[in-house]
Amino acid sequence: MGEPLTAPRATTAAPLLRADGLTVDLPAPGGGEPVRVVDGVTFDVPAGTTVGLIGESGSGKTMTALAVIGLLPERAATGGELAWRGENLLRPGTDWHRVRGHEIAMIFQDPLAALNPSLTIGRQVGEILRRAGRPRAEVRRAVADLLDRVGVPDPVRRMDAYPHELSGGLRQRAMIALALAGSPSLLLADEPTTALDVTVQARILRLLRSIQQEQGLAMLLVSHDLRVVAHVADEAVVMYAGRVAERGPAGATLRRPAHPYTRALVASVPAVRTRTALADPLPGAPATPANRPSGCAFHPRCSLARDRCRIEVPRTREVEPGRWSACHFAEEVIGS
Amino acid sequence: MIRMIVRRLLIGLFVMWGAASVIFIIVRAAPGDPVTVFLGPDASREQIDRLTAALGLDRPLYEQYVSYLGDVLRLDFGESYRLGRPAMEAVLERLPATIDLTLTATAIAVIAGLALGLLAGRRPGGAVDRVVSAATIALQSFPTFWVGIMLVLTFALGLRLLPSAGVGTPAHLVLPAVTLALPFTAIVARLTRSSITEAMSEPYVQTARSKGLTERQVLLGHALRNSLIPVVTIVGLQMGALMGGAVIVENVFAWPGLGSLVVGAVANRDYAVVQAVTLLIAGIVMVLNLAADVLYTRLDPRIRTEARS
Repeated sequence: MGEPLTAPRATTAAPLLRADGLTVDLPAPGGGEPVRVVDGVTFDVPAGTTVGLIGESGSGKTMTALAVIGLLPERAATGGELAWRGENLLRPGTDWHRVRGHEIAMIFQDPLAALNPSLTIGRQVGEILRRAGRPRAEVRRAVADLLDRVGVPDPVRRMDAYPHELSGGLRQRAMIALALAGSPSLLLADEPTTALDVTVQARILRLLRSIQQEQGLAMLLVSHDLRVVAHVADEAVVMYAGRVAERGPAGATLRRPAHPYTRALVASVPAVRTRTALADPLPGAPATPANRPSGCAFHPRCSLARDRCRIEVPRTREVEPGRWSACHFAEEVIGS
Repeated sequence: MIRMIVRRLLIGLFVMWGAASVIFIIVRAAPGDPVTVFLGPDASREQIDRLTAALGLDRPLYEQYVSYLGDVLRLDFGESYRLGRPAMEAVLERLPATIDLTLTATAIAVIAGLALGLLAGRRPGGAVDRVVSAATIALQSFPTFWVGIMLVLTFALGLRLLPSAGVGTPAHLVLPAVTLALPFTAIVARLTRSSITEAMSEPYVQTARSKGLTERQVLLGHALRNSLIPVVTIVGLQMGALMGGAVIVENVFAWPGLGSLVVGAVANRDYAVVQAVTLLIAGIVMVLNLAADVLYTRLDPRIRTEARS
C-alpha cells in the first residue's frame, strides 16, 4: 500500500467539521438504560483533507458518521458538539434538508441496497438537482457529466439503466456520483469498498482519492480496514468501544502507534507479500458499548494493562505534536 | 413478456376447463332438480318424463358432460329453461351492473386503503397506526351482509341520506359499493402499511434522506413505488373475490347484477345460467390476475428484465 499523500493543510482556519465530546445514546433493545454507543468523541475534519475513522464493528464509527449527517435512528439521543463551519449541527433548529446532500453527502457500504431498485440511475443521481428546480435537459447533461467524472463508461446510456443492470463497481461509482450531485464540501464514506470485489476495491479507493483532491473535498472515511485508511487518509481516528483510542496523522499513527489497541490492529493485518502468512490476531472479543469494561475499555485485551488501567479512564492527551492518545502509557507504546 | 402472456392464457384455458367441470358436477350433485322445481309437487309422472327428456336430463351423466363441453367450446352456453332464452345472453345483460359495482368498490378500496396504509405505515406504532390497525381488523372480521344491513339502517333508514336499495342514480351505488369495498379496503390498508414500513427501513430510503429530501418526498418518491408491487398483486387477486362478495351484496341491496341472477338460478336449479355465470367470472378473474402480473413487471424493473429474456 502506498504512502498517504500529505495534502497541504490550512492550520489557522477553523476546521470544516469539529466533533467535540460527541455522545450518542441508543435505547437498549430490551428497554432499560440507554447505551452510550459513542462516548465523548473528539476530532477535526479540516477542509480538503481525508480523515479515516477506524474501528471494529461496535466501535461506534458508523454511528459517529450517521450523527454527522443527522441520520441516526429516530430514538437516538446526542450530546456534545458537532460544529459544521462553526455552527453546532446538534442544536434543535438545524435545517438538515439544506445540509444533507448539499453540504454533507454520504456514500453507503452496499450500493445495491443503497440504490432504489425501481428508479433509473439517472433519476437517482439527478434527483437532488431536479428538486432544486433545474430544467430536465440540463439535469440530464449534468448527470451524464457526473457519471463521466466518476468513470462510468457510456454515461448517456447508463443513466437509463436500473441498479441491478450494472456491475458492483459501476453501482458504487453511480453512488459516488449521486453523493457528488449536490456539490457537498464533506463526503462521508461508510465502508465504501467492503461490499465490492477485491479487484474493484482499489479502483474505487483511487477514484475517491482523486475526486477528493481535485475538488478539494473533505472526506470522512469509515473503515475497519487499516489498509484502506493507510491508502487514502491524511488523518486517522482510531475508535474502540465508542471512544477515541488515538488520533493523529495517518502515516505516523499506523507506523508508530501511540495506543496498544492501534498497535494490535496493525499487527493483526496480514502482510500480503511475505510468507509469514499468519499475523497476530487480536486476543479476545471486542468490548461492546453495552458492557464496556471499567477504566480503559481495552484493558482486558491489552498486554500492557496494569492496575491503573482497570480503575482509571485514561484522559486523551497530546503525546506528540498533533498526536493524541487515550492511553496512560502512550509514551511507552510509542517508544517500544 | 408476450411469451409469458401466451403461456398464462394457455394455462388459463386449462383452469377454465376445470371450473366448467367442477360447476357441472356441483349443480347436479345438489339436491333437487329443475324438473321438480319447474313443475311443482303435483306434476304427473308423464309430465316429469317429458320435461326431463326435453332438457336432456334423461341421458347418462357422462353424455351430458361431453355434449356440455362441446357446446361450451362452440361458445354455446345452453338455454335457460326458466327464462326461455340463451343463458349467456341473460348473464351478459346483467354483467354491466356488477362491473359498475365492483369497479366502484375497487376504486374506493384502493384509494382509501392506500391512504390509510400510508398514514399508518409512516409511523409504525404511532397513534394513527394503532387506530387504523384496530379499524382494519374490525372491518375484515364483520360479515358483509351484516355490514350492509348496518349501513342501510344508519344511512338510509336513520339519516335518510341515501337510498336503501335499487338502481337509478349514482346515489344508489354508494351503499352497496361501500359495503363491498370495506373488507377489501382493510386488506389493501394492512398490506400497504406493512409494505411501506418495510420499505422505509431499506437502505435506499436512507440514501434518499441523505440527499436532503423531506420525509414526504422520501415516502412518496422512494418507498411508495416499491411497496406498490405486493399491493397490485393483491388487488388483482382480490377483485376476483370481490365478484364473489358481490353476489351477497347485490341481494342485500336488490342490485340487478350477476349476483341476484345467480342466486335465483341456483334456487331454481337453472343449470345453464349457473354454469354460464361461473365460467364468465372464472374468465374475468383469470384476465385480472394476468393484468396484475403484467402491471407489476412494469413496477419492478428487476422482474421486467427477467421477463424480457
